[in-house]
Parts: sequence; C-alpha cells; structure tokens
Amino acid sequence: MTSAAMAGLRIESLSKEFTAGRPVLQDVDLAVAPGEFVCVVGASGSGKSTLLCLIAGLSRPTAGRVLLDGHEVAGPGPDRGMVFQTASLFPWRNVAHNVAFGLEALGVPRGRRQERVRWLLDEVGLGHLATALPGRLSGGQQQRVSIARALACSPRVLLLDEPFGALDVQTKEDMQLFIRQVWQDVGTDPLTAPLTDPEAPHAPADPAHRSTIVMVTHDVEEAVFLGQRVLVLSSDPGRISQDIAVNLPEPRSLEMKRSPEFLELKATVEDLVRAEHRAHQARTAL
Amino acid sequence: MVIMQSTSETTIAPPGARPAATAPPPARVKLLTTSVSSRTAWLLRALSILGPLAAWWALSAGGVVDPTFLPSPSAVWTAGVTMAQSGDLPSDLLASLGRIGAGFGLAVLISVPVGFAMGTLGWAQPLFEPVIGILRYLPASAFIPLLIIWLGIGEPSKIALLVLGVVFFNTLMTADAVRQVPYRLLEVSATLGASRLRVASRVVLPYALPGIIDAMRVNAAAAWNFVVVAELVAATSGLGYRITRAQRFLQTDRIFAILVVIGLIGLTIDIALRLLRSRVGRWTR
Repeated sequence: MTSAAMAGLRIESLSKEFTAGRPVLQDVDLAVAPGEFVCVVGASGSGKSTLLCLIAGLSRPTAGRVLLDGHEVAGPGPDRGMVFQTASLFPWRNVAHNVAFGLEALGVPRGRRQERVRWLLDEVGLGHLATALPGRLSGGQQQRVSIARALACSPRVLLLDEPFGALDVQTKEDMQLFIRQVWQDVGTDPLTAPLTDPEAPHAPADPAHRSTIVMVTHDVEEAVFLGQRVLVLSSDPGRISQDIAVNLPEPRSLEMKRSPEFLELKATVEDLVRAEHRAHQARTAL
Repeated sequence: MVIMQSTSETTIAPPGARPAATAPPPARVKLLTTSVSSRTAWLLRALSILGPLAAWWALSAGGVVDPTFLPSPSAVWTAGVTMAQSGDLPSDLLASLGRIGAGFGLAVLISVPVGFAMGTLGWAQPLFEPVIGILRYLPASAFIPLLIIWLGIGEPSKIALLVLGVVFFNTLMTADAVRQVPYRLLEVSATLGASRLRVASRVVLPYALPGIIDAMRVNAAAAWNFVVVAELVAATSGLGYRITRAQRFLQTDRIFAILVVIGLIGLTIDIALRLLRSRVGRWTR
C-alpha cells in the first residue's frame, strides 16, 4: 500500500453491538481522504453517533477497525478532535483556558500556547471573550469555543456530532458558514509547526491543505450544504446505504440553498433517508 | 405548493356551542415555592435570633423559672466574662479547637482520597461501599468506652472518636460529589489527549470541589459535636470538660456561657467554609 493510500481515515468492516446479536453498526466501510468534508445523515437510531464515537476511540468496535493515516485507532486521542451537540466546556475555565486544555496536555510551552489560543479565538471570532466564563456565552458562542478547543491540538480529523442541533435557525446558519470557513482556513494555520518545539518557525502550511471533517447530522439540508459527500446510514443494523457526491460550486453561500441543483439534491437525500426510515418502521412493526 | 387557508375557520365557534359565560372559571393554582422581599427576609432573620432570646429573658428575668435552672442572659454574660478573664475559657477553647483541627483534618485526609477513588475507579466503589455502609450506622459515641480501653484517656482516643464520627459520612458524600462530574466532560478530556491523572486533577477535582467543601461543611458540624462529647466523657481540658466542672458546682450560668461559645464557634466554622465554597465555586453561579 502506498503512503498516499494510507493517508486519511479508513474504516474497515466495522461492526458494533451493544447487545449481542443486535448490531447497531454492521460491516461499515468508509474512506475519507485528507481535506475532505463528509456528512453522515440517517434517521435517529441509525448509529450515526456510534460511528463517530468509534472513530474517536471512545468506544471499541465489536469487529473491524478504524485506521488513521495507516495506524489503528486504539483509544481517544488529540489527533481526532471531537465536538458534541452540547458544547461540554469546562465551566470553571474561561474561554482561553478551555481552548488551551489540550495544548496543556500535550505539554506545549506557555508562550506558544497563548499565541495559538489567541490565533484560534480570533479565527472563531471570540477574541474579545477570551477571559469570559462559558456560562456567560450564548449557545452558538459556546459551540465555537468547543470547536476551537478541538482544533487547538491540530487534529488530523475533526469529528462533529450534531454540533448545531441545539441551536436556533439563524445561529445554525451562521455556524454552517463558520464551519465551512474553518474547514478552509485551519489548513492555513500559521502554527502547525511542531507544537511542542518553542523554537519552531511559524511557517504557513500549504494553503490547499484543508482540515478533514466528518460530521453527523439528522438535518439533510445541512448535510448537503456543508458536505462534499453525503453518506446515508440505514437503520437496524446501521450500514452505509448511499454515498452521494455533492458537486455544488465552491465556496458555498446561503443563496445556494434556493438553487434548483441544491433543492434537487436535497430532495434525493431526503427520499433516501425517508425510505430507510420507512423500511426500519416496517421491520420493527413485525 | 398548497397553502392551507383553513386556519380562520377553526377559530369560529361552531353553532350551538355553549356561551363562555356559563363555563366554570378555570381553577386557580399557585406555584409551590414563594418568595419574600429582602427587607422581610432580614426582619425574619432578626426574629429568628431575637425571638428565642426574648423568650429566654422573659422566662428568667420574670422569675417564672428558678435562676439555678435557667440563669438570666445578663448572668450568663457575667459568667462568661469571668471565665474569659481567668484564662480558663481561652485555654479550653484552644484545646477544643486543636482537637477538631487534628481529628477533622485527619478524617478529611482519609475520606477525600477514598471518596475520590470511589467516585472514579470501578473497583473502589464495590470494595469500600458495603463496609462503610455498615460502619456509618454504628454511632460513634458508642465507641467511646472501647476507644478509652484501646487508646487511653489522652488525645488519641478523642481524635479517634472524631475520625470515626466523620470519616464514613464524608467519604460517601465526597464520592457522591465526584460522581456528579458529567461523563461527557471525561470523554472530551480524553479526546483532547489528557491522561487519567490529568483528568483527575484538572477536571474531576475542580468540578467536584464545591460539592466536596459542602460535604465538609455538613460534617464539620458533626465533628464539633463529637469534640464536646469526647470532652464531656473524659478530659482535663476543653469546653466539654469545662461544662462538667460547672455541673459539679451547679453553675448553670457557666454552662450556658460555654454553650453560647460552642454555638458561636460552630457558626464561625460554618461561615468560613461557606466563604471558601463560594470562592472556589464562583463558576457555579
């Protein structure tokens, strides 16, 4: 296998059972190339979050494996940043210290840590709230902090588990544009030089290099708007039933949500999700 | 797209509907919790202290009760000043405070780590919970004779009583506070690369600390009780000892004075821990 083929995220015949004989996920195969933005949609109970937790290493697969850049995932780690639906910030730490948490764990020297936190907070538009406690922030701001916190460790993959599900419609749209911006910008992170080396030069990374994002959502419109690929997960057992390429022009804008191409694609995915949901209902009704 | 236009129809009452006037008025309910203005609250606080004080004064000064049994507030004050000037009261106070410091301190040093382990480590809970669950129902005071046999009538038996009286409750309450840490925060910490030790010290401890201090506040009151109990039984110094001395000479005014001092010290400990808690737990508000 060449190194190019090994780069990125690979999932090989992954299965997960919480109760023996009742798989939540079964034989899931998936490859996500570096810099790709992939959205996973599916009805509730289709194992979307389970898939993300397996990638994050927060739970162990019953069978199969997850590979990141050719290395098997054996547990949670800072190379896979995870963002949950609720921001889950450390309530006693201010915004800057929340973002710094992972850098402290990595042993990044104080000066570089502060520099990086400042850069990230400016990137997520919260530089002015660096010393505020999370309890003072709105839901959208909290979620920005939690995304910045996950990005601080320069993860190879950013895992988003319904990150905007608890937000109101307007905030959600802002956050959708925001995460798209992050996806494009963080690849140009001026501080990607080895984090623990205080002498390392701050060489800008390749601007074409984007972060890799796997996002789970039940909102089809969101998935089509954000993703370069949309995966439809079937329920009971969870399998990837469809892998749809989203060939919409870049960069994406909110106006695009009214374009015929967008609406058509959205309808297609909605039909697929609905069909999976109906099939699941029919099976469980027996 | 079909736009529904039936909304206006549904608001029109169907013919023959009962006129609103004959309908019974909706039942009126109130929320369970009520509140008062801050002025009323302060008045009630004053009443809470001054009411019993006034009743005491009325009973004793009015000659309703023999002053041998219930001395007047002024007699108690005089007795207190006399004891303070003789140097007995300050030295007894120091003796009692030293014991609560040592005994309660030791109990905290044992119970907080054990409780922390019970709240976080899978094996610690089933190992400690059953034995502590039984031991905490044994009244610590019932151990006094045994402790005197084992450790004599000196300081060790008193400190041991304090530890026995506090350590089990404080362990279980600490474990409870530690278990309040949301599992999500532990998951987030792990995905950010924090080691278990780092999660324990930088996530679980800060999150649980206000709750741990709350537990200490509750158990400090119990510890203060046990100090006095230990000194009532066998001691040559301390506030409890001073009470038994006064009892021997039927000096009820002195007993009352010492009781007031005991109460005030307890209040001071409580306020100090409250202040500590609100400082440490500023983020909880």
